[in-house]
Amino acid sequence: MTSTEQRSGTVAGGVGESPTRPDGVVKVRGEFAYSSDLWREDMLWGATLRTPHPYARIRSIDISEALKLPGVKAVLTHEDVPGENIYGLEHPDQPVLAAEVVRYQGEPVAIVAADHPETARRAAARIDIDYEVLEPVVDSEAAMAPDATVLHPDHGSNVVRHVPIQHGDPDSATADVVVTGEYEVGMQDQAFLGPESGLAVPAEDGGIDLYVATQWLHVDQKQVAVALGMPVDKIRLHLAGVGGAFGAREDLSMQVHACMLAQYTGKPVKIVYGREESFFGHVHRHPARLRYEHGATKDGKLVYVKTRMVLDGGAYASTTAAVAGNAATLGVGPYVVPNVRIDCYGVYTNNPPCGAMRGFGAVQACFGYESQMDKLAAALGMDPVELRVRNAIDEGAVMPTGQVVDSPAPAARLLELVRDRPLPAERAAEADLRDLPGGVSNTTHGEGVRRGVGYAIGIKNVGFSEGFDDYSTARVRLLAVDGEPLVSVHTAAAEVGQGLVTLQAQIARTELGVAQVSVEQADTSVGSAGSSSASRQSYVTGGAVREACRQVRDAVLDLAAQRLDVARAGLELSGGKIASAEHGVLVELGELLGSTSIERIVEWRHRPTHPLDPVTGQGNAHVQYALAAHRAVVDVDVDLGLIKVVELACAQDVGKAINPDAVLGQIHGGTAQGLGLAIMEEIQVSGGVVRNPSFTDYLIPTILDMPPMAVDVLELADPHAPYGLRGVGEPPTISSTPAVVAAIRAATGRALTRIPVRPEHITSTD
Amino acid sequence: MDFLRPTTLAEALRAKADNPDAVPIAGGTDVMVELNFDKRRPKALLDLNQVPELATWTEDDETLVLGASVPYATIIRRFADIAPGLAMASRTVGSPQIRNRGTVGGNLGSASPAGDAHPALLAVNATVDLASVRGSRSVGIHEFFTGPKRSVLEPDELIVAVRVPVATGPQQFAKVGTRNAMVIAVCSFGVALHPKTGSVGTGIGSAGPTPLRAEDAQLYLAAELEGRWNDPKPLPDNVLREFGQLVGAAASPIDDVRGTADYRRHALSVLARRTLAWAWQDYSSGRWAA
Repeated sequence: MTSTEQRSGTVAGGVGESPTRPDGVVKVRGEFAYSSDLWREDMLWGATLRTPHPYARIRSIDISEALKLPGVKAVLTHEDVPGENIYGLEHPDQPVLAAEVVRYQGEPVAIVAADHPETARRAAARIDIDYEVLEPVVDSEAAMAPDATVLHPDHGSNVVRHVPIQHGDPDSATADVVVTGEYEVGMQDQAFLGPESGLAVPAEDGGIDLYVATQWLHVDQKQVAVALGMPVDKIRLHLAGVGGAFGAREDLSMQVHACMLAQYTGKPVKIVYGREESFFGHVHRHPARLRYEHGATKDGKLVYVKTRMVLDGGAYASTTAAVAGNAATLGVGPYVVPNVRIDCYGVYTNNPPCGAMRGFGAVQACFGYESQMDKLAAALGMDPVELRVRNAIDEGAVMPTGQVVDSPAPAARLLELVRDRPLPAERAAEADLRDLPGGVSNTTHGEGVRRGVGYAIGIKNVGFSEGFDDYSTARVRLLAVDGEPLVSVHTAAAEVGQGLVTLQAQIARTELGVAQVSVEQADTSVGSAGSSSASRQSYVTGGAVREACRQVRDAVLDLAAQRLDVARAGLELSGGKIASAEHGVLVELGELLGSTSIERIVEWRHRPTHPLDPVTGQGNAHVQYALAAHRAVVDVDVDLGLIKVVELACAQDVGKAINPDAVLGQIHGGTAQGLGLAIMEEIQVSGGVVRNPSFTDYLIPTILDMPPMAVDVLELADPHAPYGLRGVGEPPTISSTPAVVAAIRAATGRALTRIPVRPEHITSTD
Repeated sequence: MDFLRPTTLAEALRAKADNPDAVPIAGGTDVMVELNFDKRRPKALLDLNQVPELATWTEDDETLVLGASVPYATIIRRFADIAPGLAMASRTVGSPQIRNRGTVGGNLGSASPAGDAHPALLAVNATVDLASVRGSRSVGIHEFFTGPKRSVLEPDELIVAVRVPVATGPQQFAKVGTRNAMVIAVCSFGVALHPKTGSVGTGIGSAGPTPLRAEDAQLYLAAELEGRWNDPKPLPDNVLREFGQLVGAAASPIDDVRGTADYRRHALSVLARRTLAWAWQDYSSGRWAA
């Protein structure tokens, strides 16, 4: 067999290029079919009744008035869940429909199918539920107190997971300079634009076809099957058009509900959440309370870091355990720290459930450790970038878990890249209002405006960690159509807007030298691809597609050797032709294939990871680390507390840019999401009740908030990864937040220990 | 839900008289949000988009009579010179799409304390023209608002137009939001200087149950400006500050999801100080000389 490192053929649109994405133009034109556009002539509409109470006991449910409404076809409660009334991504603890208690505002209690969506909603409103309202547990610290109400008695306490990490000898370490700080991170929402939606269609075999916008078809499939009490192969999932994900589609939303209603009525059932409902329909980013103590020598070498982190997981576990694992293992940042103690807690409360969101625990930690690095730099009288560079990890560094960083980790270089870029021009004396804090709201013509510059660097693990069996499956088929070779690539990997469909085709073109590649619709008729999360799909599904292509290539060269009766060695597949150095072009690929098609299915895994020791937190938990650094330049109206981010510079090592345009898109988008957390994005929760479930009051950055970016992309190959690539999607979200906050601190002189920073924090009117 | 589509003002007034529960809709930028969020289920919608009388305007030397369904985009484009405060306020509304559809008539109809047009209208003593099959009446803007999202509008009445006195002096408007575009006011402030009468107008938004005027601030400033109109040197800092303090004191804000009461008072005093300085600087340029 030839070396699998052999490359086949140069056709346009391969790895390293930026071919046009197939969904790009239609999305811009508003013609892309999202899951909310799904339609069947005979379909019913589903609606969900949610509890208004953060914590209550259900005494009774009376559905009789709902059933009387003309057009209503089904009203179902927990009694109608055919299988097990429990689900969860990592730890099943969440009912499909609440039975005895509700644990958060918005928890589903009943579902309705009707011939019109408005009828379904009105019927849901007629369901009469008698609640015994209970005192909610809404404070994450109080939830850990010995006398706290235990929200999940089976679990024993409200601590979902405690992750301790002990490295070196933090108890006896002493330092010349010590800084401590307490920080708080508010609850960010993924705020995708395409609300939760899908269509469940009953099939003739008694099964169900579910068309849905999700991040991981197979994990949905498994949970739906359990809840419906049906074999997994009877629940077939098909990816519908996804309007953004960012972690919010990892947990189930309407999947089981639509399937229950479809099974009950025998009709297709569509459910589309409204915008307000969407805020209750998915998990959010964990709010966090962070306490840090950093000790350093007087020349700025870190001696120790001690931290205690408390993540509010809300009512159900979702991915809280893994988020806590990330926050802990990445808790000191990309720095060499000889002595570390970390205690990270993920807890249950009656607040909205929190789980996956871009950055996944690394975001919260980064706000803490980067705030501390600035504070330490100030205490040392040292330049904040210089302090970071002095302590930056590089390849070979040892993380607090004992894991050795075994591929490039250019933390210092990334910091230097953003530092050494020219600063943007000073604000013009007669600046356009759009370039000033407040924009055209005309709040300043320059009065009170101070400029600040801030830096931050963040670190993220790529892929699923701590021993998870993380794999993807690819089915690649090579055939000839009208004599022209065509590659079909089929995976279950969810295109959530990141560009994975384009990337799969690029890999096939590069590996097989065939221009025409058809990427099939993702569904569960092929094996699992794992989740479109954790910055992992380019790595894992990319790896699976590459390997399947290589096996197909080997097979087609075997076929050529056999058919042409030539030696196998030396044969190449290039530009749609079989050739050898000795004989030149031997045959066109299409001609060779004729009616033969070659198909290979590959299940591909990255290197195994390992669990953390439950006491010491030691272990090779992560497969790959990824770094990004930001410099933020802001203008702050210090009298009004309004902010204009003038420029964001980012430097990120991506190992290999498979699609350079898509890489930039991820860096821009991730940076914007981090900016949002820094200065405006927060689900405000009071007593367990969400106060701003709308885009009127949950603000995300507009074009007047997100500045132009200067981006440096490094491509330092990771020898363990396909093409040397490194996950891209999350790192820019992580460091942009603390960089923006650092810049605001520089402009205002305020401590700013909570994000998002509000005008009240800057003007002392909170 | 019925959808009523009159094509003349007379038809519209008849329809409103016959269907007092009907909710008038022009741009729909408020009404549709309420319908979409299921906050309101009117028996009927009264579409005013086909009523030509409401979509027009007239202007003479003294007054701009602005039809109720003239969109913000038109105000920004056409009336920045004669109604500068209102044009500036219009510029802060929503997004370009919203400004193409949203109207001052709708803003008044909603009567939200956060309505962007209100402070600018208060500052210039605008008048709202109301009509019904019973007849017409004009109501001063300061009498129009009666409570949060409540006004003097009777169930059978429609807002026909708003009468905006043509500017004879500088006007300013500023609005605080926690985003640099597309944001509801945390608080807002409008100021108009009237050199011919030596008076001052103000309007405060989103800092009380209704849009407000800062009457003490107006009187204070008018007194301070007496004697300065003919010799407009920069205003002393203490005058700017006192004006700001009085404007902050005139507000009766609450803590809510958009901001604290303390912040609103503080921000209003800053906005008042700044907008007054800009307005006076504008006046000093001489362009408002009679």
